[in-house]
Amino acid sequence: MSDDTEVSPGRGLPATAVPVSPTDPTTGGPGGERPARGRLGGLGGSGLVRNLGLVLALVILCVVGLVTTGERFGSTANLLTILRLAAVTGVISIGMTFVITGGGIDLSVGAVMALSSVWCTTLATQTMARDTHWIVMVGAALAVGAACGLISGLLVSYGKVVPFIATLAMLASARGLAEIISQRRTQIVDVPGFTDFFGAEVVGVPVIVIMFALVAAIGWVVFNRTTFGRRTLAVGGNPEAARLAGINVQRHTVLLYVQLGVLCGVAALMIISRTSTGTSTHGTLIELDVIAAVVIGGTLLAGGRGTIVGTVIGVLIFTTLTNVFTLNNRSTSEQALLKGVIIVAAVLLQQRFAARSKSP
Amino acid sequence: MSLRSAHKLGTGLVAGVAVLSLAACTGNTAADDGGTQAGGTSEAEQGSNDEAGDTVVIGFSAPAADHGWMASITESAREAADAYEDVDLRIAEGTNDVNLQISQVETFINDGVDAIVLLPFDGAAMTPVALQAMEAGIPVINVDREFEDPNAARVTVLGDNYGMGVSAGSYICSELGDNPDAVVAEIAGIDSLPLTQDRSQGFEDALGECGLDVDNRVPADFTPEGGERAASNLLQAAPQIDAVWNHDDDQGVGVLAAFENAGRDEFFMVGGAGSANAMRSIQADDSVLKATVVYPSTQGADGIMMARLLVQQKALGDLVEVEVPREVQLYAPVVTADNVEQFIDTAFES
Repeated sequence: MSDDTEVSPGRGLPATAVPVSPTDPTTGGPGGERPARGRLGGLGGSGLVRNLGLVLALVILCVVGLVTTGERFGSTANLLTILRLAAVTGVISIGMTFVITGGGIDLSVGAVMALSSVWCTTLATQTMARDTHWIVMVGAALAVGAACGLISGLLVSYGKVVPFIATLAMLASARGLAEIISQRRTQIVDVPGFTDFFGAEVVGVPVIVIMFALVAAIGWVVFNRTTFGRRTLAVGGNPEAARLAGINVQRHTVLLYVQLGVLCGVAALMIISRTSTGTSTHGTLIELDVIAAVVIGGTLLAGGRGTIVGTVIGVLIFTTLTNVFTLNNRSTSEQALLKGVIIVAAVLLQQRFAARSKSP
Repeated sequence: MSLRSAHKLGTGLVAGVAVLSLAACTGNTAADDGGTQAGGTSEAEQGSNDEAGDTVVIGFSAPAADHGWMASITESAREAADAYEDVDLRIAEGTNDVNLQISQVETFINDGVDAIVLLPFDGAAMTPVALQAMEAGIPVINVDREFEDPNAARVTVLGDNYGMGVSAGSYICSELGDNPDAVVAEIAGIDSLPLTQDRSQGFEDALGECGLDVDNRVPADFTPEGGERAASNLLQAAPQIDAVWNHDDDQGVGVLAAFENAGRDEFFMVGGAGSANAMRSIQADDSVLKATVVYPSTQGADGIMMARLLVQQKALGDLVEVEVPREVQLYAPVVTADNVEQFIDTAFES
């Protein structure tokens, strides 16, 4: 399984990488080529099947919701409640899909989101925003996210610190800094333009849901239709081959963490608009929800394979599950239990698919 | 006046199941009478308020039950609802994720429940969605952690953090009063929380009344581990102590363990919050713990009661007012071996 993923950069193989990997002695000789072909052949079919499986799971959940609670589940208002809940986790999950596909992981997303939310709601920032324009707050949130991503990225790619450790350190420090800046108090936002914009609705759809949709759409295009996306697959699949193919692996890795940081900033803006506050407790443990959604979506934790559509459906599965549980008045403990079962089932199914696509 | 009656009321609420025992709290002996009613879901003194009315659908949401007190919040709310056949309680319990808690309240609004009882993870962060509920015509009952905007709740049920400090301080004063050189130590909760600051302020003020002050103060974090760590440090810092106030009985488990390990018992300790564990220990008189000050974990239950009365357009039985009050602040009584019987039934298991 693991040697298989190393060799196969996935369906978005960079044009330059194709001639390199077979001729390159380090990637293994004839033995390494065979599974690669199997995977390439398999992905077209099983990728679709895998997403179909996810869609099926989501549909089943919706049917359960409709059967048990009827119109209460099916109403537009409830649908929007689900989407608003999904937006924050969803935006970060899109960014995480890139990082995990690129062979990394980022545990600091919740902490970075908290730090962004705090920095962007300090008295100083808010005063400046009132004096000039609320866009200042947006700039602050995104800049803080980008800076944190940059630091993590540099540590991972140039400092050679394992992503798990580098981002664990970022988790601790960002949360700590957020507590220092806010003195662990909840900072309330009182910038009318800001709350008006993010709290608004366009033809009945809340702005943060539109933002989620935009991020998902842009993420899909970048992932599947650009060099950046293909490079991400190559870097995650086999960094050495990617390097030989002329990709600046280190720089690309930094960029992956920076884009995730920026999206944490976006998530911070969303949570600020939802709560009208910035605090150091925002996003606690959100990294687990995010990673869970990415993994059940079908992105390989080892890197080299990923899917944006799968991630979006993964996020929707978890938020719909939460909603169905709330509507049915069931305890959150049962829900946590079921969540664990779903994650394991999804991963086992993925392995099945992977094995099947390899066998012919 | 209103504050006093709120306090009296509070005592009743602590002692028995709210409205039922309220009927007994008319006189000047509120606390005593409340006590005899403890555990009183008995049908004994039913007022017209307890007669079943139209079914009330109540949505309830609280933070994750990560310590005994918080677990008891949801549990006592459930029990209060079960006692009434006309209450349909929908519990979306247990989350420290404000994003999720907001969506729970949104779900209640979509559902058109009759009232929402909300103990927010973060009062300020839940204010916008509470306002939304109020605007949708659904009364919100705010429990324990206050919203940023008073318009976001119809009724607010609060504990008394400052009062906890005052109660603990006054008790220590009454025990040590004749000795101005006595060494008083304080093991606080999470120092940066406003509630901890309030408790410490009340403690300091009450001690000041009898010429005492806090000689040693260490913060912990509401967990047994943190209490053990803080207490060990305290014992190193203070070779001789006369009295200790520990803010929280959950962390008190660790604090007592540290005292035990060090073999120190030259002082007496006052606890906080009022766990059943601590009360049993006070009752048995088997440790340095001689008293605890209650921070009622039955606030969720009181919220349910208020919601029911509000929706059924009833008033609080023993008040002249025809409407349910805007705010109810519960009293923080001192529990000692003398009156522990009265409180142990409503204490929470840690």
